[in-house]
Amino acid sequence: MTLATLQRSFRNWLTDVPVAMEVWVDGDARAGLDIYHNAYRVQLVECLKDTFEKTLLWIGDDAFINAARTHIEQTPPSGWTLGVYGKGFDQTLASLYPDDPEVAELAWLDWALSRAFECADCVPVAADALTAVDWDQAVLVLIPSIQTGLARTNAGAIWSALEAELTPPDATLLPTPGTMLVWRKDFTPCFRTIEAIEQVALEMVGSGSSFTALCMSLIEQLGSEAGIAQAGAMLAEWIDQGLILAINQPEK
Amino acid sequence: MTREPGASFDGFGLGLRPPHYQQFLTEHVPVDFVEVISENFMIDGGRPRYILDQMRERMPVALHGVSMSVGSSDGLDLDYLARLKALVDHVDPLFVSDHLCWTRIDGFNSHDLLPLPYTDEALDLVCANISQAQDVLQRQMLIENPSTYLQFLDETMTEWQFLDVLCDRTGCALLLDVNNIFVSAVNHGFDPIAYLDGIPADRVRQIHLAGHSQGRDRLIDTHDKPVPPPVWALYAASRHRIPSVATMIERDDDIPPLADLLDELDIAREIACEGERQAA
Repeated sequence: MTLATLQRSFRNWLTDVPVAMEVWVDGDARAGLDIYHNAYRVQLVECLKDTFEKTLLWIGDDAFINAARTHIEQTPPSGWTLGVYGKGFDQTLASLYPDDPEVAELAWLDWALSRAFECADCVPVAADALTAVDWDQAVLVLIPSIQTGLARTNAGAIWSALEAELTPPDATLLPTPGTMLVWRKDFTPCFRTIEAIEQVALEMVGSGSSFTALCMSLIEQLGSEAGIAQAGAMLAEWIDQGLILAINQPEK
Repeated sequence: MTREPGASFDGFGLGLRPPHYQQFLTEHVPVDFVEVISENFMIDGGRPRYILDQMRERMPVALHGVSMSVGSSDGLDLDYLARLKALVDHVDPLFVSDHLCWTRIDGFNSHDLLPLPYTDEALDLVCANISQAQDVLQRQMLIENPSTYLQFLDETMTEWQFLDVLCDRTGCALLLDVNNIFVSAVNHGFDPIAYLDGIPADRVRQIHLAGHSQGRDRLIDTHDKPVPPPVWALYAASRHRIPSVATMIERDDDIPPLADLLDELDIAREIACEGERQAA
């Protein structure tokens, strides 16, 4: 039998697929096999604990380990880095906690912040660069670390309280579902909950629409004066928070 | 064929771990090099890469990998190799190392250092994979002996015989983990001195020192304790055979204050000096 056959048998052993390992090792090796079988799970559980720190605090150690073991059974790791293993853990939690949507949202937030942490570096546009912009032609470019996710609950407030080591609020549904916006400023991952109007505006910018098109959209929604004011306010906040990588001005 | 940086480097270093980042950046830490886990820095950006760049300005950095999987029967992961190559080109590290093990098969990645059977088939495969890695990286690799918890029925050579031929056929060098020799020797009942006598001493570029734990039926390579007396004794025996080599303490769990690790490193320095005196 070949090395490939041995390695497939070993993979099956690790992942609880029935396999006859006695073909490969003698009876004394059972203790060794058990060590590898255990180490595989322990390492993945620890990886998830590190990545989903606030989710762990929220649901507690026993519940988290049970969820992690479910995830490990359903989603064996495939990437070369453990750093990506948490992808989809929020969906596992959503299926395990259908009546507690804040759990999956907390996990999404933990995951998005961890991705932002190691995203590519960039130098966002500074406020003093705005004076030279021809706004009729301007196209905003977002920084690469931006991610958005659905916010139906107060998971953001729970996350912030846990981060500050304060007693977190009870989980509640938001009066109106919003969006969690995650990004990195300098080396610090950040987030805030945004309303639908800003989420749509960021989507427009992200898809390459011009600043003029954004203003027209806002004017259509809010009226001329309020639309222009809203565009200006959002732009000021995006610049202040380091969300804009560049302001391109294509040739007319 | 490949560059062989670090061939004459005989300094003392530590594994660079997050609890000690700040001290390394703001204080004088008396080490000659640091080693980092390659995969933790094979990322697009952020604070870890900044820390690495800062450290590189201060001292030599060794890159130590855990995911190359030189024993995978379905070959190397080319995306992994490309990312490692980019990091190597950026850092110009003292050493680039990984383990004699496999972690991956058919797209499944265990993220554990799984044992290889020491057979001719495995030897051919590992030689081919390491040669490919060295060709891509354009430099010599160091291969580390693993701790293992089982042996396979059809093995035809010892681990040290396997490593000897591996070095000869690929031109790779060795990262000798003295704790791993001890752990595997106890688990499998071989003489660790025979291991030291069997490896090509002139190919050892770096030594790892670490602690282990007693499991129910096996010693386990946990890296969560100080280097224990039998590992120090084996280190002394290794320094008789390998007078010029880089040495470092590898601590990955229950990480103590930096001062504790520096005290351990002083023990290593004393043992190395004693070895040199005896050799003279």
